[in-house]
Amino acid sequence: MKSLQRTRPLALAVTALIGVPLIVSGCGTSPTASSSEAVKEISVMDYYNNEPDKSFIGDALAACGTQAGVTIKRETVPGKSLISKVLQQSSSKTLPDVLMLDNPDLQQIAATGALAPLADFKISTDNFAEGVLSAGSYKDKVYGLAPTVNTIALFYNKDILAKAGVTPPATWDELKAAATKLTAGDQYGLAFNANPTYEGTWQFLPVMWSNGGDEKKIDTRETEQALQLWTDLVKDGSVSSSALNWTQADVKDQFLAGKAAMMVNGPWQIPALDKQPSLQYGVVKIPVREAGQTAVAPLGGEVWTVPQTGNKARQAKAAEVVACLNSDEQQLAMAKVRNTIPSKTTLADKFAGENPKLATFTELIKTARARTGQLGDQWPAQATKIYTAIQTALTGNASPADALKQAQGQ
Amino acid sequence: MSLTTDLSQTAAGPATAKGARKHSRDSRTASQVPRRRSRQRRERLFQWLFLVPAVVYMALFFGYPVVKNVVMSFQDYTTSTFFTGEAPWVGLANYVTVLSSSLFSTSLLNTALFTLGSILGQFVIGLALAIFFQRKFPLNGILRSLLLLPWLLPLIVSSAVWRWILDKDSGALNRFLGDLGIIDTGIPWLTSTSLALIAVVGVNIWIGIPFNLTILYGGLQEIPDELYEAGSLDGATGWRAFRHITWPMLRPVVSVVLVLGVVYTLKVLDIILGLTNGGPANSTQTIATQSYALSFHEFKFGEGAALGNVLVIISLVFAVFYLRASRRAVDE
Repeated sequence: MKSLQRTRPLALAVTALIGVPLIVSGCGTSPTASSSEAVKEISVMDYYNNEPDKSFIGDALAACGTQAGVTIKRETVPGKSLISKVLQQSSSKTLPDVLMLDNPDLQQIAATGALAPLADFKISTDNFAEGVLSAGSYKDKVYGLAPTVNTIALFYNKDILAKAGVTPPATWDELKAAATKLTAGDQYGLAFNANPTYEGTWQFLPVMWSNGGDEKKIDTRETEQALQLWTDLVKDGSVSSSALNWTQADVKDQFLAGKAAMMVNGPWQIPALDKQPSLQYGVVKIPVREAGQTAVAPLGGEVWTVPQTGNKARQAKAAEVVACLNSDEQQLAMAKVRNTIPSKTTLADKFAGENPKLATFTELIKTARARTGQLGDQWPAQATKIYTAIQTALTGNASPADALKQAQGQ
Repeated sequence: MSLTTDLSQTAAGPATAKGARKHSRDSRTASQVPRRRSRQRRERLFQWLFLVPAVVYMALFFGYPVVKNVVMSFQDYTTSTFFTGEAPWVGLANYVTVLSSSLFSTSLLNTALFTLGSILGQFVIGLALAIFFQRKFPLNGILRSLLLLPWLLPLIVSSAVWRWILDKDSGALNRFLGDLGIIDTGIPWLTSTSLALIAVVGVNIWIGIPFNLTILYGGLQEIPDELYEAGSLDGATGWRAFRHITWPMLRPVVSVVLVLGVVYTLKVLDIILGLTNGGPANSTQTIATQSYALSFHEFKFGEGAALGNVLVIISLVFAVFYLRASRRAVDE
C-alpha cells in the first residue's frame, strides 16, 4: 500500500508527460471531430486592438459566429507583433482557425504553406475589385479576402484654401503652385510622410504608379520624376523636412493643428478629423503629372484567412465565418462604421452615394493596386529600397536619379 | 561572483584531497581510507549539484539562443522555415551578403560613433554628478532620486517624448532656443543627416547618466574619509585629491562601469528605432538596428542572424575585458 502511494505521483507525472502532447497534437493536427456539429468554438486572431475598431470587428465576428453556429474565441494582438506571433504559432502548429493579416504580409505567410486556399471551401470571389483579389492571392490562388479596404488621397483644409484663393490641385504643377502659395508663417502647404519604413514607401506609391513607375525596377525615368516632385516640395519648403521622420499619425496631427493646408492620408483618420467640428476638409485624388493620367493608388486593408490547422471540420466552420465577414451585408455595415470601402465593386456606387465623404476613396479603389501584386513575397526587400531612395534624395545626399540607381543596385 | 568562488573551491578540492590522501596513507590504517574518500566524493557531488540549476538556466536561456543564432546564420532561414522546419545550409553566404553590403560600413561607423559618444558623455557627466552629490547639502537625497527618473522610464516612452522635444517645427527644444533668440528657424535635429546621430547620442547619454551616477556614487562611498583627511594634511585637496586619491581608488569600479556601458550601448535598439528608425538616409543606422530590420521587416532571418553574430563578437571582446576587470576587482 505504502509503495503504491509513493509511486502514484510518479506514474501520474509520466502519464501526464506522455499524454499531454498526445492531447495537444490531437487538437491541432489529427481530425478528431469528423462531423461539423462537434465544432462549437472557433479561435480568431487579429490586430484590431484599439477602439473603436476592436468593437466593430468584434461585433461582426460575433454575428458571423452566430450565423455559423459557433462561439468566437478572439485574441487581439498589437499590429507590430502579429507576424512574429503567427510565425511562432506556425512552428508550434497552434495557428488560430481564422487569421487576419495585413494585405502585404499575406504573401509571406501564404508562402510558408500555413494557409488554405479559399477555393477549397468554395468561397465565392465574384465581384471583388481586381486589386483586392491580387492582394489576397499568392501564386494565382486566393488565400485571403478583405471585407473592406482603404487607400490614400489628398485631404485639404477648405477654409485655408478658400482664403488663399486656391482650388484643390489635380496635376503636379498645380500641386506645387498650391503648396507654395499655402506656405506661410508656421503653416506648410502640404504634409506627407517619407519616413524610413514601409509607410514612407506606401505614401510615395501614388505619384510613382500614376506616372507609370514600376516597383520591380525603380531606376526609371518615371519613378525619378515622381521622386523629383517629392524632393522639390521639401526643398522649396512647402513640405517640412520633418516629413523624413513623421508617421501618418503625425501628418494628421499637423493637418488638425492647421499647420498643414493639405495632407496625404487615408480614411481611417476621418474619425479624428470629425472630432474637430471647426475643421472643414475635402478629399481629392492625389494629383497626377499630366491631366489625363489615371490616378493609381495603393490598396490597404486587412485580409481574413483560414490557416492549415489540419482539422477539416474546424477549417470548414472557419471558412463559413470568413465567407460571412465578406458578405454584402457585413461589407456595407463594416465599411460604414469603420470609414473604409467595401471591397466588392458591385457595392461601390451605392456606398459612395450614401457616404459622400468616402466618395473619392471609393472611386480610387476601383483601380487601386496591391503592393504585392507584382513582387509577391519579394515586396519587403523592394519596399526597403524605395524608402531608402526617398530618404537619400530628400536629405539631398544624392539626386533623385542617383538615389534610385544606388538603391536599386543594393 | 558567487559562481566564480564556487568554481574555485571545487577546482581547489581535488588538490587538497590528494594531499590529504598522501598524508593519510602514511599515518592511518588502510581501512579508514575508502570511507573517507567516499565521503569526500559525496561532498564534491553535492557541490556540483548546487551548480546544476545555474548551469541549466544558462544553457537554456543563454546557450540555446546563442547556438541557435549561430546555426541560423549559416542557413537560408525564411518565413517558410517556421512552418516546414526546412532551412537549407548556405555556408558563409549570409555573412558575405551582410559584410559586403554597402550599408555595413555605414552601420559599423555609426555603431562606433554612437557607442563612443554615449559612453564618453554618460561617464563624464555621471562622474561629475556623483562627485557633486558627495557633498552634504539640503535636498541631496531627493535630487539624487529625481536623477534616476530616466532610468525608470520605459525606453519606448523616453524615445517618444524626445521625438516630440526634438521636432523641427513644434519641438520644445527649438521653441526654447527660438524664445531665447538663439535661432531663427528650427534646427532639424532628427531629420538632418549631419545632426541626427548627435541628437540620438544625446538622448542616449541622458538615459545612461543614472546608471553611471549610481554605480560611481556607490564606488565613491567606499573610499574611506581618512584618506582625504590624511591627504589634506599633505596639501592634497580639490583636483589633486581627485587625481591622487579618488581616481586610483575608483579605478576598479570605473573599468566595470565602462565595459558594461559599452556592451549595453552596442546593442541599443529601442531608442534609435523610436527616434529615427535608422534614418534619415541611414545616418543613424547601427549594426543592431540593421540586424533587426533584416530579420523582422525584410524576413531575412539568416542575414539578420549573421549580422547579429558580428555584434556578438564585438561585444565578446569587451566582455573579456569585463571579466578580467571584475576578477581583478574581486582579487583586490
